[in-house]
Amino acid sequence: MNRLFRLKEMPLHVMLLPGVLFVLLFAYGPMVGIVIAFQKFSPTKGLFGSEWIGFDNFTYVFGLPNTLNVIRNTIVIAVMKMVGGIVFPVMMALLLNEIRARFYKRFVQTIIYLPHFLSWVILSGILWDVLSPSSGIVNDMVGWLGFEKINFLGNENWFPFVLTGTDIWKEFGFGTIVYLAALTGINPALYEAAVIDGASRWQQTWKITLPGLAPIIILLTTLSLGNVLNAGFEQVFNLYGPVVYSTGDILDTYVYRLGLVDFQFGVATAIGLFKSAVSLVLISCSYLLAYRLANYRIF
Amino acid sequence: MVQHKGLSRTLTTVLIYAILAIISLACLLPLINVLAVSFSSNGYATAGLVKLWPRGFTLGPYEFVLNKPEFLRSMGVSLQRVLYGVSLNMLLTVLIAYPLAKEASQFRMRTAYAWFFVFTTLFAGGLIPSYILVLKLHLIDNLAALVLPGAVPVFNVILLLNFFRSLPKEMSEAAYIDGAGHWQTLWKVYIPLSAPALATITLFSIVGHWNEWFNGLIYMNTPNHYPLSSYLQTVVVNRDLNSLNLTQELQILQNLSDRTVKAAQIFLGALPVLIVYPFLQRYFMTGIVMGSVKE
Repeated sequence: MNRLFRLKEMPLHVMLLPGVLFVLLFAYGPMVGIVIAFQKFSPTKGLFGSEWIGFDNFTYVFGLPNTLNVIRNTIVIAVMKMVGGIVFPVMMALLLNEIRARFYKRFVQTIIYLPHFLSWVILSGILWDVLSPSSGIVNDMVGWLGFEKINFLGNENWFPFVLTGTDIWKEFGFGTIVYLAALTGINPALYEAAVIDGASRWQQTWKITLPGLAPIIILLTTLSLGNVLNAGFEQVFNLYGPVVYSTGDILDTYVYRLGLVDFQFGVATAIGLFKSAVSLVLISCSYLLAYRLANYRIF
Repeated sequence: MVQHKGLSRTLTTVLIYAILAIISLACLLPLINVLAVSFSSNGYATAGLVKLWPRGFTLGPYEFVLNKPEFLRSMGVSLQRVLYGVSLNMLLTVLIAYPLAKEASQFRMRTAYAWFFVFTTLFAGGLIPSYILVLKLHLIDNLAALVLPGAVPVFNVILLLNFFRSLPKEMSEAAYIDGAGHWQTLWKVYIPLSAPALATITLFSIVGHWNEWFNGLIYMNTPNHYPLSSYLQTVVVNRDLNSLNLTQELQILQNLSDRTVKAAQIFLGALPVLIVYPFLQRYFMTGIVMGSVKE
């Protein structure tokens, strides 16, 4: 059967052709463009006419006073988001797991998944409004609690935490899906046995549910390690301003300003390449680790 | 003793229900607040008196926004973008997922092709080289710049190919015995069986194109070509007044306040996603779980 059940492969190549061409041009094309990082690039002279200057762009950009600070901001913000992005969805999944009323569970899920599907433009518009020190409702609550109003988006000490908090707000609900799916795989007999042995609800959660989730928690933590330099461009770009550059400027926004605002194409490409190269190494390591730990495969 | 145990159990349950209610409320309150502001009159909104219910109810901000040529034009661009972008995305996703779902024993180049696509999710040329490419292809200010670079959504391809792999092999074997080739098998067996997965991915693609704003911002030089999301980015987030046509608008704005108009635009921008969301939610639970959890 196996040998018989073998169609010609040609149609499969034909199916793939359009996709391959698109990816070749729009994904691999820019990879060729990376040579800009080693050139004194000018768009009129193009990729082949511009002067080659070796690593000058790299030495220049790493000599800028802001660069190291930007890298530090990126890592701090990304790591805070990674931790929050694991802890909160797990806690939420554990809480939802305790709910027996189908309708209520469904209702909560519907609400908490929603922000994931709204863009950072919409959510930033909302956040600028509700976090406003003069008329925002969040500061109304801060006032009711007897504290001084906080300029969340205009204060450099608050800004990284606002980024983390709002990122968790957008994504924690959606993040529970994976864990809820994993919960369905836990053998109900374990709970029955625990009840007979007199285990409390808390003990059941601690000794059965959480260990049941451990493999997927480890897997997702491992996979998230590749994101150490991804602090979330879309969010930061829509929420930051010059006042909070010192703690809120990240690699992606830095590349954007160097390249498309100041038009220093070579310099911006150089620091962008630094980011993608380091990320590639990190992601490869995390995938390898995930493969070793959990036999995880991408496709 | 037994009664006491039952009581504490009930109390815990009530507590969990309450915590979940508070969390849901925290998710929703900011959205409700902005919605209330958008239906409120100027005075109450600027004084910060609107909480969760409109005060001085008015449809003025919506009338103003819906009569604004920039808003309508950019909505037209967005609709076009969704139409072309999603069609292209879906066509390519299906055409790539089918061959890649084959075993390496049936399609020898399968793994090489798969890496060719997956590598683009691990490494990218980056912002500047992509921008230069679009510039050199003369796609600036062209709708194609918003559709073509993202034509192959690799994550959707992976979702669909995992779904294809979960379909029983007997199906395609039966089709083969009946004399069907690859195209017929894809069209008559795989696609009808994958309706839920395809629906999920289509909705993802619609929401993705509707929400995407950054390419619109950098690849469109004139605001006339902005899709709605990019236009909103310039008015709702960037607090500069450059894009406003000051002469006529200032008068109207005096009665409407910037805040209520912004709120109305935010809500209108989110509306299509809110409309699609119930369908999306019904499908993505099954779709995602089936695609991502593998044996």
